[in-house]
Amino acid sequence: MLRDAWAIMTKDLRIEMRARVGLWQVLPFAAISLILFSFALGPKASTLAQGAAGMTWVGVLFATFLVVGRSQSLEMGTGVSEAQRLAGVDPAGMFLGKTAAVGIQLLAIELLLGLGAKLLLHFAIERFWILIVSSILATIGLAAVGTLYGALVAGARARETLLPMLVLPVLIPVLISAVRCWQAASVSSGLAIGEWLSILATFAVVYLAAGILLYGQVQESQ
Amino acid sequence: MTVHLEPAATSLALAFSLSNVVALDGAFPVLAGASVSGAMGTLTAIVGGNGAGKTSLLRTLAGLTAVTRGSAIVLGRDVSGGGSELVGRVGLLGHNTGLYDELSPRDNLRFLAKVTRSPKTAVDEALDAVGLSRRVGVTPLARLSAGQRRRAGLAAMVLRSPELWLLDEPHASLDPAAKDMVDHLIAQALRAGSTVVLTSHEPDLARSMSHALVEMAGGVVTAIHQGKGGIVDVA
Repeated sequence: MLRDAWAIMTKDLRIEMRARVGLWQVLPFAAISLILFSFALGPKASTLAQGAAGMTWVGVLFATFLVVGRSQSLEMGTGVSEAQRLAGVDPAGMFLGKTAAVGIQLLAIELLLGLGAKLLLHFAIERFWILIVSSILATIGLAAVGTLYGALVAGARARETLLPMLVLPVLIPVLISAVRCWQAASVSSGLAIGEWLSILATFAVVYLAAGILLYGQVQESQ
Repeated sequence: MTVHLEPAATSLALAFSLSNVVALDGAFPVLAGASVSGAMGTLTAIVGGNGAGKTSLLRTLAGLTAVTRGSAIVLGRDVSGGGSELVGRVGLLGHNTGLYDELSPRDNLRFLAKVTRSPKTAVDEALDAVGLSRRVGVTPLARLSAGQRRRAGLAAMVLRSPELWLLDEPHASLDPAAKDMVDHLIAQALRAGSTVVLTSHEPDLARSMSHALVEMAGGVVTAIHQGKGGIVDVA
């Protein structure tokens, strides 16, 4: 399973490195959303700083749909999915590999949006470890849910609109928890984040397990 | 050189056996009671007009199309409910290559070698076997011609060396030299003990090269003839 996951992840990342869809389409889209949100809040530095975490994670959420859609579209072309089934690619490995590739791309986007939030929205970072841990856990959750649901709607004609409609309600706990953690990371003390980190960790574990167990059946149903 | 390939010694065993198979695409019966069998190590050619059910038969043999009624035994496994039992043992080259358009043939085969636990050297051997030059081998598949893409798909089959080769019109989009190369690869697969089922729009060619010629129309097998088993192998 892990060997297949590694092969799938490196393959997906190699394709993205060459196509540069993330660089030229997803990242500018996420950055523009961040800037537009900041316009909506006005020029006051304290207001921008207060909303920075939320604006950044909404941008990440939008980027997730694009990255996941792109990731699934790779498997839709020229009989690839069937060929991999016949070749014996482990569905659980496929799920983990695609989740990892999506996750790595999202982490890169979060890093750049985080920098943007710091520069444009006056977002302060006081407790760096909270930022890192919550980002990793939230990213695993986003990537796992996105990959599982992305495969579920892959065969549908209206998959581009269906994916956000199905996934957004599911991802609300991740969004809220990640925003709370980032807000906590921006102050030196005071905000408890144990519960929010627990929610992120539980969400990530549950959806990783669900994907490992269900991805094969989802693929066969397409 | 015409090579008359006698069925292998294991030919008493059936590689596949479909009996009164009905398969649906939505509500439409793509197979409407098809019955056919083939022995291990033989070449079976399927001919018929467009919509006769040739591709559907191949997909059923691959376990990719569920059987609604009848029985389907492939490589000793019941694939009526799907072909998860056949994982790694069957290869299907359809009208699509089954490869990633964004990657070169070499990168596609490297990926395939990783997931099938094939040695790295098998990649170059497979590319050489289908005559994909070094330059073409590193060009993204999307930028290659239909014939070159077909060769890349065949290279994937060579790399995997499945027990059952299912080839949907393998000579389509190929120049004469490439057609000879396909025949050579089929002959090699048969010599290695694999079973080959292919579809063709050229009944004379199909009869001359195959051990059994199956005629299809309207989703059923209408006739089975003994072929000449004389595949032309230009090594």
